[in-house]
Parts: sequence; structure tokens; C-alpha cells
Amino acid sequence: MKLDNIYKEEKKSAFAKLSEIIITMASRPSGLIGLSILVFHIILAFISPYIAPHDFKAIDPTLMLQSPSAEYWFGTDDLGRDVFTRTILGGRTALTITFFGSLIALLWGGLLGIFCGLVGGKIDDVVMRIVDAFLSIPWILAMLLIVSLLGTSTEVLIPALGFFYGKGIVRVARAATHDVIAKDFIVSARARGHSNFSIIWNEIIPNVRDAILVEGAMRWSWMLLGFSSLSFLGFGVSPPTPDWGLMISNARGLMSFAYWAVIAPIVGLSSLIIGINLTADAFAKALGIDRSTKAPV
Amino acid sequence: MTDIIEKVKNLSIGFRSKKGEEILILKNISTNIKKGETVGIVGESGSGKSTLALAMMGYVKHGLYTIGGECQFHSSNLLKMKSKDLEKIRGRKIAMIPQNAGQALTPNLKIGYQIDEALQLHSDLDEKEREKKISELLNKVRLPSPETIALRYPHELSGGQQQRVAVAMALAGTPDLLLLDEPTTGLDVTTQAHVLELLNFIAKDTGTSMVYVSHDLGAIAQVSDRIIVMYSGEIVLEGPSRDILKRPIHPYTHGLLKSIPKLSLAGLPESMPGSQPQPGTIKGGCSFFDRCNFSDENCKNNSPKLEFLKDLNTSVRCFNYEKLVNESQASQTVNKIKNKSQDKEILNLSEVSISYAKQKLLDQIFNRISDDNPTVKDININIKKGETIALVGESGSGKSTILKSIAGLLRTKDGLIRFDENRNLSSDLKERDPNDLRIIQLIFQNPDESLNPNHTVEEIIAQPLKLYFGLKGEELKKNIIDLLQKVRLGEFYTSRYPRQLSGGEKQRVAVARAFAAKPDIILCDEVTSALDVSVQAAVLNLLQQLKEDFGTTYIFVSHDLAVVRAISDRVAVLYQGRLCEVGPSNDVYKFPSHPYTEVLLGAVLEPDPDIKPKLVAEDIVEERPPEKGCCFQGRCSRIVGDICKKELPPWQLTDSGNAIRCHIPIKELQKEQF
Repeated sequence: MKLDNIYKEEKKSAFAKLSEIIITMASRPSGLIGLSILVFHIILAFISPYIAPHDFKAIDPTLMLQSPSAEYWFGTDDLGRDVFTRTILGGRTALTITFFGSLIALLWGGLLGIFCGLVGGKIDDVVMRIVDAFLSIPWILAMLLIVSLLGTSTEVLIPALGFFYGKGIVRVARAATHDVIAKDFIVSARARGHSNFSIIWNEIIPNVRDAILVEGAMRWSWMLLGFSSLSFLGFGVSPPTPDWGLMISNARGLMSFAYWAVIAPIVGLSSLIIGINLTADAFAKALGIDRSTKAPV
Repeated sequence: MTDIIEKVKNLSIGFRSKKGEEILILKNISTNIKKGETVGIVGESGSGKSTLALAMMGYVKHGLYTIGGECQFHSSNLLKMKSKDLEKIRGRKIAMIPQNAGQALTPNLKIGYQIDEALQLHSDLDEKEREKKISELLNKVRLPSPETIALRYPHELSGGQQQRVAVAMALAGTPDLLLLDEPTTGLDVTTQAHVLELLNFIAKDTGTSMVYVSHDLGAIAQVSDRIIVMYSGEIVLEGPSRDILKRPIHPYTHGLLKSIPKLSLAGLPESMPGSQPQPGTIKGGCSFFDRCNFSDENCKNNSPKLEFLKDLNTSVRCFNYEKLVNESQASQTVNKIKNKSQDKEILNLSEVSISYAKQKLLDQIFNRISDDNPTVKDININIKKGETIALVGESGSGKSTILKSIAGLLRTKDGLIRFDENRNLSSDLKERDPNDLRIIQLIFQNPDESLNPNHTVEEIIAQPLKLYFGLKGEELKKNIIDLLQKVRLGEFYTSRYPRQLSGGEKQRVAVARAFAAKPDIILCDEVTSALDVSVQAAVLNLLQQLKEDFGTTYIFVSHDLAVVRAISDRVAVLYQGRLCEVGPSNDVYKFPSHPYTEVLLGAVLEPDPDIKPKLVAEDIVEERPPEKGCCFQGRCSRIVGDICKKELPPWQLTDSGNAIRCHIPIKELQKEQF
């Protein structure tokens, strides 16, 4: 027997698998950059309340629109608040809300997509047409409607964002399921008489999980942009809580003479989105999914 | 030495593993291709035969690189050439015919246009001349009415016709060397025989040298003058075709020829133990050592050199070839199987019809199927307990369709499927109870697809055990190990994933999973056709052994008549979803037979240069079964008249209990077929 096989690998624990994936991701420059940016942002989100040099809501008319100095690293805004403090705190809400929003999107989008792919036929047709109908509604209008009806609390924003960003995942999960469904191991499970639930759980999910996770990671960065747009329009986080979208919105009128107040949140937001994007790409490559050829958007 | 057109010298190709080791796919290959010669390269999957063929046209697959050596074509080394210079050679001097012509042709361009493209690139003809040349080429590959074929799209042609178009395209540049990579593997038996005959004709007619790569010794035997046998990246045997096939002096070839089932011999061939080592795992010594019956201490520690034997005109890589020289021929011994079937009937199909037609709205509402000319019609078969019945036919003959209906995966239009003389089985899964599902299990053609890549072997085999018997914990584990031992796999396989197993091992796991349900009937859908020849015999032997132990009934679907001959007790021949002939396998393989069986038997390729296939009928492909009369009327060479087109032929019984559905009386059939 060929026990000294070079391809030999034993069953690994989930933790060992994850660490191996992360090491593969970090072995590419783009993956390493993406991961470092993401990890930096996450750590910052956790520790920022303890390291913030000033009070984020302390208004001081005497300190209005100060340019960056040793005391106020990124200057101050039109109300005299420290921009540095507000920037490092500004990602917390966005990151939390969109993270849980993506989880919800992943869950309902993934499961519905897999279910539709498996049962096919009329149920699939009807559900997919409903999803298409929702896709045709401009999401920002729909979000504005929801927010103006139910308010801008976290309990409203997370499920609402999760719902609107899950529609795309339904399509991806369904397509990935279609790839698997024709394989003989599904036919075999059917012929043995396994229930639909058992087929989804045991046979399909392990095979489509990777594709859906990657899609979910991409949706996360889009959702972040969407959430910041809501804040920018005044429908996201309410003042005085620091938030990048809100800060950009407030400071954009003063851009010509107080550029520091708008640049800092822009850098924060775009670096996080780039970080998530690069990480998702590296994640896909580490799992062996080539987004350039297989990405169903 | 001017007649050598391509010279491969000490060629090594390999890749670097993750750990940085250099792993060789080809090890120090040297050979010559002479002008006008057809060389067959034969080996199992992973032996490096395709890599060698591609290197001969100066191409190294992505991820691999040349470690040493050269491929000299007309005194220039292809592997060092710039791609601009290679362009002038490829297509013009060396042409390639791919395995799957259907995928190699652009689907949205007409055949004529695609050949024209090749001509524009590789010749200096003007438009009028090219047009003439296109018909000429299509004529040469014997396509009917070239003018109409040129105006068709690839999908409008059958597999055999597509392959012919690929040959025509390759000939467009009048190449000196044709490389053929498994050109007939995906084709039906009859089509394959026709394409090989065409290739032989072209080789003679144009004087082109050919390199024919295949795993199928039967096909190689029909076309090649010289054979190169490869094993894990090395040439182990090289010599004139007849000598190699009649007197194989390398243990690998010897064993390989013994393990191929033959039409003339009923019973299971001897199998070769083990499987080909993965590249990079051989530490020293002969690469075939593990599987060799003739090995000794010397083979373990030293690797043999390729040695040229002048008196046999053959090169061999073995220390002990002399032991084989004296054996005049690979005399085949087979394990005759005893028909242990009982008289008790286990499964009965009566008047079964199956339709794939899209149903009208009204029929959908009333949940019925209406189709006057269904894909499968009038299937009546009795299957006795403990027997192996084989369904044989070309692709599209409905054999897999019937299996699906028996398994409950496809609804029948009419007819009854009866189990154990009194229980009716619905052809709809949802209407079967768990026990009905348990008694019938499936084994699929391709174990890569039938095993979930994300499950370990343990999880795969546990599924039926948990589902049908609710086993848990220690008892489950014990049963799994028990089953693994029954399919000759060790306990340590439990934690492995399918991708870590070889093809044969995967199929064994699939067999274990089927037997885990303790079924009465196992449906085998082309179970050996995705396996290497040396592994195929082992799996067939295993199936036979398990059948004897458990008294299971097999329904065995295959297109390979030699495999069917080896394992089955009874054979049913199908054409266009209709039965042509049913009988004990010994009698089906003897004349008189149905004209279609005659065609199938004639087209089987044997690894023997003296047995040529007999091409009785045209290899046309019919889309739909005829509405009236005999199902084989469109291709039959023995048509007696209008009666064949109008009336359904009667079942006639021969003396030995073989039923033939034909208008020609048995006595006359016997006379004509002698």
C-alpha cells in the first residue's frame, strides 16, 4: 500500500483548516495587505474607546476648524470636535452593523438559494421571479422607506440591510447548487431516500459553502458602502455618534478650506472597503475558487 | 537516417511540489518517429503518455517544465523554439487530433468555415481552391455529402462525424506528423471501429506518420506498427506491435494483456494487484516492483535500464524479462463463473415504457404522460434471484434510462415493475417506502462524481447504515470497517477523502456503500468504464466475489461487450430503447443473432493485430426510434423488405433459449452469419 504518498493528508480539525487558509492568504502580497488592513480596523474598533485622546462629542466654539497640530492630529471640525478621535471611533458602528447584516444576508440568501436550486421546478420559478422583482427596486429608495417608517435603530438597520444584500446571494447559492446537483452523489442520496433536508445539510452545503462564504465577504464591503451612503444621507447613525458617512456629509461643504475634516473619514472608509475586498479575493484564491472565471455577480 | 522525422532525446518533464522537490512526470524518454509509421503510446492514466505527445509538438502543460532533453523535429529542437517559429510548425507540419472533437470545434461557426480557417493559415490557396479543398478533405474522411456538412454547425453532427471533421481539419495543413490523443475514447463501439478504419486508410493514403495515444490496447492494436508502453513516466517496453501483443516480455504488459476481458473467453480475467504509484513516490528500484509477479531483491534496490534486444527487435526495462521470453504468449486464464441463479424471480419488468417528451399542459394537470413514440418501449424482462443480467447497447439505447426507472428516479409511462413476484414498485421515489428503497442500490460509472468530495470514506459508508438501520457509535464504526474489509480496503481508509484515493479505490468505496444497505438488487451503471484496464479486472472480480457471498442480483449496464461477456449470466441487447435480443450470455455471443448484435460483436476491438473488426452497418446515428416496424430498420444490412418498416418483428426462440426479435427466420440468420 502506498502509505508514503506525497498527497497524503489526514482529516483536519476546523481550526487547523482555518489557520492553513489564513497562511495561504497571507502568502500573497495582496492578501497580506488586505488582511493587515482588515485586522487593523477590527482591532481599532475594539480599542478605540480606550485610546481616543479627546471626547468625541465635546463641542468647543473656540477650536472651530483648526488645522492638524500636535494636539489635534487630524485637526478639528466645524463644531471644534477632534477629527482624529471621531475617525478612529467612526468605524465601530458601521463595522458592527454591516457584519451582522452580512451574516443575515448569508444565512437567508444562502439557504433560499440552495433550496431553490435543489427543488427546481415551479417553486424555483416563482421564488426567483420574486427575487428578481426585488432586485429591480432601487435598494436605497426601499431602505429610505423602511428607515422613515421604523426609525434608524440598529434593530431595524441590521435586518433591513441583511434582507437587501441577501438577494444577490440567493442567485449565487442557486448557481453553485446547480453545479453540484447534477453530480451522481446527489442522485445516489436521492435514490437511497434521504430527505431534502438531509441532502441539503450533508451533500450540498459542504460543496457550496466556500462559494457562498466568498460571496458573503464581498457583500460585506458593498454593504459597508451602502450603510455609509445611508449615514451620508442622514438615515443611518444619528448624531452625535461618530460615523464616517455622517462626518463626510457634514464636512463636505467645508472641503475647500478645511480638507482635513473630510479626508480622514474618507481614508478610513475606503481603506476598510479595499481591505475587505482584497481579503475576500485572497480567501477565494486560498479556497481554490477563481473569481475571475466563476464569479456570478 | 533521413527517414526519422521526430527524435525525442533524454526528455524529462516535471513539476516542483509545494515542498520544493522536483517531481518527474516523464523520466529520460528517448524514441524516434519514422516517416510513414504509426506509433501507439499506451499506458494507464497518469503514466505520462499525453505529456509525451504534447511535448512532441513543443508544448508543455502549464505548471510543468522541461528538466532536460529535447524533441527534435527535422533537426530543430521544438522545446527551445520561440512561439513564432512554433506557429509555423504546428498545424502545418505537426497536427493534433483531440480526444473530444465536440469540445474542440467552435460551437457557433460552421464546419466549412472552421476548415477554411485552417486552410487560410496553413496553405497558400485562393478562395476557389480552398472551397474545392474543403469538399475534398470532407470526402477523404468519408463524410456523406460534404457540401451540406460544410454548412452545418458542430452540434448538428454526431460524435463520430465531429471526430471526422477534426481529422479533416488536421489534414488541412498536410502535416508530416499527426498526434492523436485518445481520439476514439468517447465514441460508441461501432463508431470507434469506423474511425480507426479511417485513420488506417489515411495513414496509408497520405504517408503521414501518426502518434496514437490511448489507454485502450484494442484500439492501439488496430492502428499501430510500433507500440510504446509507458508506466509511471518511463518507457517500459517498445517494439513492433505484433511482437508486443503476441509476446509481451515486460511483466506490466504481460499482466495488462491478461487482465483485458476478451470476447472469445467467458469468465473473469485475472487481475493485477495494486495501482500505479503517484509521481514522486518511487524511492528507488523498479517502478513496477510493487505489482510485479516476477520481481526479486535486485528489482527492489536497482532500477532497470531500457535494454535493446537485437533478436527480438524490442526494448525492455526489466531485469527478469527472460522469464517471460519463453512463455510463448500471455496465455489467459479466467475464473469461470458459475451461474448460481435460482428459479425464483426477483424483479419483473412488464411492458415498461419511458418517455422524455415534454408534456402538454392538460397532461401535466392530470399527471399523466402521453407520447406515441416513447424513448423506451415494451421492455419485458424477468430477472431471477442471484443472476447477473447485462443491458447492452450503444449510447442512446435507453439502458441507463431503464436503470433509472428501476431505481425510482424516472417515472415510467406505462408498465409494471414487480419485486419478488408480488410487490409492485412505483417508479416514483416518493411513493416507495424505505424498505423498497433499500433493496435496490446503485453503483455509478464515475466514482469521482458519485462520492461527495467533502466527505471522508467513513461518512460516505455511514450514510446508508444510519439511514436504513439507524446504527450509531461503536456498532456503526464496526460495520464500516467490516464493509471496507469486504471490498479489500484497510481500516486506515476511514479518515481519507475521495481525492486521496485512486480510481479503483474510489470505486471500491462506492461498492461498499451500495452493499451497506444489504440490498437484493444492485444496479451497476457502466461501473468499470472510467477505470484503468488493470483496475477494471480487479473491480469485476470483487463484484463477482461479493455476489457469491451475499447472493445479490446485479443488473449490469455496459457498452463494452467484452466486459459483459466476462461477468454476466444473461444479456439483453437494446437498440433505441427497444429490446432486440435476450438470452444466456453464451448464446448471445454466438450466431445466429439479431442483426444489431451482429454489428456490435463485429465492432469489438481485441488487443490482437490478427483480429480485425468487421464493419457490417453504417455508423449513422438515429435521433428517434422509428414509429412503426423494427427498431433497427434504419441501419440494418439484412433488411428483407417492406415488412421490416411496417410490422413489429416477432420474438423467435433459438434452440438454446435465446430470444431474437427479427423478421428473418432463425435458420436463415444462421446461414447468412455462419
